[in-house]
Amino acid sequence: MYSSLAAAIQDAESRGLRLSAVALEAESRDNGRSVADIRQVLGRALAVMRQAVARGSAGDLRSASGLVGGDAAKLREGPAGPLSGTPFREVLMRALAVQEVNAAMGVIVAAPTAGGAGVLPAVLTGLADAQGLDDERLIDALATAGLIGAIIAERASLSGAEGGCQAETGAAAGMAAGAAVEMLGGTPSQCGHAVALAQQGTLGLVCDPLGGLVELPCVFRNATGSAIALAAIEMALAGIEFAIPADEVIDTMGQIGREMDVRYRETAGGGLAATPTGRRLARERLYQLKKH
Amino acid sequence: MVSILDIIGPVMVGPSSSHTAGACRLGLLARNLVGGTPQKAHVELHGSFARTGEGHGTDKAIVGGFLGFRPDDDRLRTALEIAAGEGLAYTFSKTKLGEENEVHPNTVRITVERDGNTSVMLGSSLGAGRILVSEIDGYPVEVHANHDTIVLVAEDIRGSIARITTLLAEDGVNIATIRVSRRQRGGDAFMVIEVDEPPGDVVRDHIKELPWVRWAVTLDRLTS
Repeated sequence: MYSSLAAAIQDAESRGLRLSAVALEAESRDNGRSVADIRQVLGRALAVMRQAVARGSAGDLRSASGLVGGDAAKLREGPAGPLSGTPFREVLMRALAVQEVNAAMGVIVAAPTAGGAGVLPAVLTGLADAQGLDDERLIDALATAGLIGAIIAERASLSGAEGGCQAETGAAAGMAAGAAVEMLGGTPSQCGHAVALAQQGTLGLVCDPLGGLVELPCVFRNATGSAIALAAIEMALAGIEFAIPADEVIDTMGQIGREMDVRYRETAGGGLAATPTGRRLARERLYQLKKH
Repeated sequence: MVSILDIIGPVMVGPSSSHTAGACRLGLLARNLVGGTPQKAHVELHGSFARTGEGHGTDKAIVGGFLGFRPDDDRLRTALEIAAGEGLAYTFSKTKLGEENEVHPNTVRITVERDGNTSVMLGSSLGAGRILVSEIDGYPVEVHANHDTIVLVAEDIRGSIARITTLLAEDGVNIATIRVSRRQRGGDAFMVIEVDEPPGDVVRDHIKELPWVRWAVTLDRLTS
């Protein structure tokens, strides 16, 4: 696998290929699996993603603690806002839906992690459905997202306990942005700018779940992370270039994560988890959990 | 080296890839060490595992792993209740296995016992469901479970590595990596061999029956 996005982009552009093609080639070479076999596994992941979107948008799920659930359905059926009827609202709805399934101990695809699992399905299937793109294009997009995620894992981290939420929903936003730009016809270079644009917007984001549960604010961070990915996609496809290369933005994310106080790395010791309301809700809800 | 399929996956029961799926895989590996569902298990949680494990279902996931459930198995949700029916007695405790910057925040020490055999394993959940087992029965190892892995303790005699690799080659098993460590010269040697294909029962038994092999176990590949 590539250890820098720059190397993958250069390889793809010099050979007139898309990032997904060089990603699948590298994966096949590394693991001795055929490209068709890898695509099949990605296709199964896509099917689970779609099931999670459908399951979560029904609106009848509640998390174990009862702290989250039912909000995706509000975006689907609730009062209109300025973005009603646009892919933007649909993407937000799908991000909440998948993450509500996750919080209810339902089946999702951890891509890159369970805590950030809403962003990729929301952004990729939301935009593909809006444009009428088929599943083959979505499978390519997942390969590109996987490439970006592998590079982030290698250079920084994909763990909230190590790097805060910037390493989970932040990384997911970068992966979704780069993958969607390819899916929508952008060049490999534009994918790189999309990754950088998305990740710069999530640098420093802390992981501060109430009571340590992957519920609040995680569910909503997936929606706002998706919104950042959409912003990056729109800017990159418009030809906007970000001056700091994606690899250096990723390295910065890793550095910030290493310097982040342990209270902000999934320990529920700081951030929203440590607010008076956060502490109270955690106390009440965890007590309720123990009674079960 | 990270695989695309590690990133786009695993398909799993929520809510946390490190605290639920990774924890389940660590439980599965511990189960492997004793060759089936343990009768007794003690789980010592460190760092973030200790602080937020309960909210993430880490206890259910590790016990589910002991029972042989995979990370995408719906039964993880009710693993603690199922364990009682399977004759598995487990205990959990919170501990500090080292300083924050020395030990991975999601680390666990697991002691499992089955039919009189006891095994102790130290493992970490690295994020995105990826795991690293760093110690088995006091020996430093490096098992990621991305390959089928053979772990064995042998007397430190000449030609032992050649004998093992020949047996595997004759069975058509290709070796991806091999690491050998020992506590002291002439002491037990610890081998961790990652292979591309699961070794067959015949070669597994053959390795176990070598007179200078004290203990051997095959850990299953745990990826999608």
